[in-house]
Amino acid sequence: MLKAFFQKKLPTFELEIKFSLNNGILALVGPSGAGKTTILQCVAGLQTPSSGEININDKIVFSSEQGVNIPIRKRRIGYVFQDYALFPHMTVEKNVMYGKPQKGSIPNKVLTVSNVLEMLKIEHLRNRYPNQISGGEKQRVALARALMTEPELLLLDEPLSALDQDTRSTLQQELLKLQVQWQIPFILVTHDLQEAEMLGDQIIKLDHGKQEELRKFDKAQ
Amino acid sequence: MEFSYVPIVLSLKVAFAAVIIVTCSSIPIAALMAKREFFGKDVVESVITLPLVLPPSVIGFMLLYVFGKNGPLGKLFEQWFHTRIVFTLAGAVIAAAVVAFPLMYQSVKVAIENVDPNLEKAARTLGAGELRVFFTITLPLALNGIVAGLVLAFARSLGEFGATLMIAGNIPGKTQTMPIAIYFANEAGDTGQASILVIIMTIFSFLVIYGLNRWGKGSRRDSRGGGA
Repeated sequence: MLKAFFQKKLPTFELEIKFSLNNGILALVGPSGAGKTTILQCVAGLQTPSSGEININDKIVFSSEQGVNIPIRKRRIGYVFQDYALFPHMTVEKNVMYGKPQKGSIPNKVLTVSNVLEMLKIEHLRNRYPNQISGGEKQRVALARALMTEPELLLLDEPLSALDQDTRSTLQQELLKLQVQWQIPFILVTHDLQEAEMLGDQIIKLDHGKQEELRKFDKAQ
Repeated sequence: MEFSYVPIVLSLKVAFAAVIIVTCSSIPIAALMAKREFFGKDVVESVITLPLVLPPSVIGFMLLYVFGKNGPLGKLFEQWFHTRIVFTLAGAVIAAAVVAFPLMYQSVKVAIENVDPNLEKAARTLGAGELRVFFTITLPLALNGIVAGLVLAFARSLGEFGATLMIAGNIPGKTQTMPIAIYFANEAGDTGQASILVIIMTIFSFLVIYGLNRWGKGSRRDSRGGGA
């Protein structure tokens, strides 16, 4: 469950956004420079909004009024970067292991690296380095790495934009499946309206910081 | 006169000690300067790189002033360790460390700045604190620059002459390092000793530059097409 409303001053315009999401995928769509990535980074804690509040599972992670700003590492958010940001000096397995929570910190979930690698069909890449695998495979590794932290929310910044059409379609299907399996909200940024329509249970269109709701359908409701 | 290898041993001792000091001090300082903004940063940056452009005699003079018998640090040393810095091998190490520091510092700083900030951000989203990010992401990815800086600093320490002469003097068997031995052997007309040391220094310096160039090419090839 995610509730957010915040403003953020950017050099050329002010970003203003308000949304809530119980489960399912929220697609943020808009041209480059519309403020999509800024929204993700504000939710993740990589940027600080000028004002507003962000609430994840009834836990306030940012509130300008109450002076709360929980650091990124404690927000329990999975983040898939546009360029994947895989660690080039670590194998696929080490990359995926990087964010594995300490034993016992989350008693209900017991997730092993093998589970996650298997789920994303990248078990055979375990010992490869990021420069030895393809774009689609990198995307799967980035997803695996983010999921390994057992996040309460997954943020995806243009996750499929660098892939060819075939790989893209396959991964779109898998993202949908993954969301159903994982049962946490996803926020997906894309500049492709078609992709947003295909994946998004909710779609928000952004232009110069202003939002327009195109679809609202919440799975949990 | 017979060839003496003592200056070589002394030079190596000085260079190793100086490189250890420079490595331990330059990495945290370079990390701080690459990552943080603070008031007066440009001034600090200039002071740090100053030894690169100052004449060695100026550095030697300053070191003598600071570490001399009546200098602030010289006095402290005398009180705490009952030893002095001037005209000892410790003085030579300090001189070498001061002139080698900017080389190492610049190399490390550029290397740290070149690490993709997205990788560090990714590590933070994966739950890593700042120290873990630095030791598991930033430092390993900056390793090439650190090693290059280390080799340059070692070579520079080995060749330090002017400042060393002023603070450590020319005491054969005690503070007479290779460059100083060359100078005084030549002055005394002992070209035999001088030329052997000159050949050793030249071969060593050539190997350092050649090795760094080769290695630089190799690591560029490795990282090409790589990255995430």
